Amino acid sequence: MSDGELVGSYIVPVHPHTVLAADQNEGWGRLRDAFGEAAQRIKDSGADLLIIYSTTWPSIIGHQIIADPNPEWVMVDNDFHDLGSIPYSFNIDDKFAHAWNQANENRGLKSRTVAYHGFPIDVGSVVALKLLNPDNAIPAVIVSSNVYANRAETTVLAKACMDVIKATGRKAVAVTAMSLSNRMFTKPIDPKDDKIHSLKDDEWNRKILEFLGEGRLEDVGQLSRTIHRQIRVNKVVAFKPMWWLSGMNQNRNNLTGEVLAYEAIHGAGGAVVHLDPAASGAGDKEYDEDDVEYFLGERNVLDAQSDETEIVSEIVSAKPSNSNGPALWEPTESKDSVNSAAAPKPVGAYPHARRVGDLLYLSGVGPRQPGTNSIPGGPIHDADGKPLEYDIKAQTHAVVQNITRILEEAGGSIDDVLDVTSFLVDMDRDFKGYNEVWAETLGKVGPTRTTLAIRALPTPIAVEMKVIAKAPSLE
Amino acid sequence: MGLFMSKGEIVAGCLAPHPPHLVYAENPEQNEPTAEGGWEQLRWGYERLRESLADVEYDAIVLLSPHWQTYIGTHFLGLPKFKSLSVDPVFPNLFRYHYDLSIDVDLARQIHDKAADAGLAVKMMENPDFRVDYGTITTGHMFNPQWDKPLVVLSSNRSRDYYSVEVMQEMMMELGRVTREAILASGKKVVVLASNSLSHRHFTTESAIPEDMSKEHITSHAMHLWDMRMIEYFRTGQSQRILDEMPEFTEQAIAESDGGGLSWLLSTLDIPNYPGILHGYGTIIGTGNAIVEWPERNHKEGSE
Ligand SMILES: [Fe+2]
Repeated sequence: MSDGELVGSYIVPVHPHTVLAADQNEGWGRLRDAFGEAAQRIKDSGADLLIIYSTTWPSIIGHQIIADPNPEWVMVDNDFHDLGSIPYSFNIDDKFAHAWNQANENRGLKSRTVAYHGFPIDVGSVVALKLLNPDNAIPAVIVSSNVYANRAETTVLAKACMDVIKATGRKAVAVTAMSLSNRMFTKPIDPKDDKIHSLKDDEWNRKILEFLGEGRLEDVGQLSRTIHRQIRVNKVVAFKPMWWLSGMNQNRNNLTGEVLAYEAIHGAGGAVVHLDPAASGAGDKEYDEDDVEYFLGERNVLDAQSDETEIVSEIVSAKPSNSNGPALWEPTESKDSVNSAAAPKPVGAYPHARRVGDLLYLSGVGPRQPGTNSIPGGPIHDADGKPLEYDIKAQTHAVVQNITRILEEAGGSIDDVLDVTSFLVDMDRDFKGYNEVWAETLGKVGPTRTTLAIRALPTPIAVEMKVIAKAPSLE
Repeated sequence: MGLFMSKGEIVAGCLAPHPPHLVYAENPEQNEPTAEGGWEQLRWGYERLRESLADVEYDAIVLLSPHWQTYIGTHFLGLPKFKSLSVDPVFPNLFRYHYDLSIDVDLARQIHDKAADAGLAVKMMENPDFRVDYGTITTGHMFNPQWDKPLVVLSSNRSRDYYSVEVMQEMMMELGRVTREAILASGKKVVVLASNSLSHRHFTTESAIPEDMSKEHITSHAMHLWDMRMIEYFRTGQSQRILDEMPEFTEQAIAESDGGGLSWLLSTLDIPNYPGILHGYGTIIGTGNAIVEWPERNHKEGSE
């Protein structure tokens, strides 16, 4: 059996106007025609599977995948109910849905299938399947958009999907059901007066479409957070479908793109875009975000920085801080203690550091992040003690950062470190990575060092350092 | 005499949260999944609320649910009957409810018309295929499991998403004002329900047995403090302070008041300065939920 592959990708708008009211506005009609063109191209590609990632189906417990082989109901939009009803009866590939669900779990994602009679298939998926697959000739799957998923989680979701496509030899088409700018008019409008809500939204939409027209999908993926801030109203789901679609395309930036239509739908930006996997030669890849194979369950860990416009940062602090490890303490206060709100909280009654004469003695410093208590590089085991994959280099970097914070709080700097005792819970696995980060950081400062292997640390971390530093002068 | 007879009345306003877990745990015949109980503190709270109103006569229930989300103004269910199956898109494993409810279309239209006169964007929902959201049904069921009173159902206008909590609240205060006016002018006795949780940070995983109460607790100390602060205001009649602190509360507690229900309720009750009755408090997948009644029927002084 030949390897499965993605034979095409499409971006399509979500609102029901293209199905129910294409004759009421010329733009809606052009979008409808573009859907028809896309449907023809999909047919011609010989695709045997349609995969819909829909932004109008939010989920909060991981991702959900429709696995009812024949979901049937009548869809009515929450806002545009006066345009009419859309009865649907779809042909779902439940075997693929179950396999994808399993592949998600294999890659560390939370995932479940949904096969309940009467489950409300969302408007974006209904519109996409009605118009791209009008005779249900191609079996489909639909996946939700997780409200909290960051780029790492969304990328891994795509990789899990590709695992199944490859293993089953499918010729798949990936579809994201989404708006570009999503601000609608907040009052009813006459259909003939429809236009993009603002010039700024229009300009951003055109920029995005210029990139997509050149096949630069990964560039749009990497701009997702910026796009979200610029032209997205905070509805339930942030602008993340490009992460998924780019993940489905090996994060490529040189696809062959074509914008089939771009129009306003009640003020929001709606486009039909075709991305063919054939290399266009355009867009040399400039890849500057981590590639991620496996999701570690710590939603802030794998992204280079957390982004305040995502709900990601909220969910980290929403986790009880002692869910995986001992309770946290306020650092103890005494005459010579040095404590920093910018360092992680202690796990017992001790200060962050204590000054004795010209020397500063630091309590053991680990990688936990102040405030969120999350562990860069991931915890080494979950709350039940089950081992997890983790990144020793990220943990070591975080330790050095925490040491820097404490020393700066005391009025000094990392250059004051004199002597370090390092503790590793897995010398065989971790010494190399730890040593590399040491060389780039403290190695340049030049303290004496002792490295010990120990059985465990009180929190699910792999590295901790005990530091003695020169105390800054008291003047 | 006719004039006095036609005077409508709000007999009570209630904060009446809607996580589908409550209906799931009750095991009513209308819901397909079955549970081994769970969330009893809140379900007993609803029981106390029902008892509190057991001998009070009223004609209709006016309800705003954050799960009928509309971006183009406020919508009203506008047909006399809705009968179908409501499946929660997020917790379909817990909530697949066969509902059969009636609407007081006259009262809905009266509120709609007054809101339109006041310049608010409004629309009647008259598509018979429309499915009623699980928030409306959960609150409707927990408040009145017999379903023997007609409802007026308002959508949640997501103006907070488009603008800010402040703008949302301004619109909801106006909507509450016209809701009150329309009810008083209707000659009907009405209970008003805002269906929302307080702090709304929730867990992102579900235990193998969803009703395993050993896993249930508030997500953080900060969320608890916010919930208790709001409950203190509820219990001491400090509605204005709730409204004043709504932006901070909504943002810091990620509160479900973002859907406008609580602001609208307090405005509909004319910003009550008498104590609300706390019937229950509990968490559901980590979110804070309070069942509170403002018994306006006992505080009618100066209500002209
Ligand atoms: Fe809710």
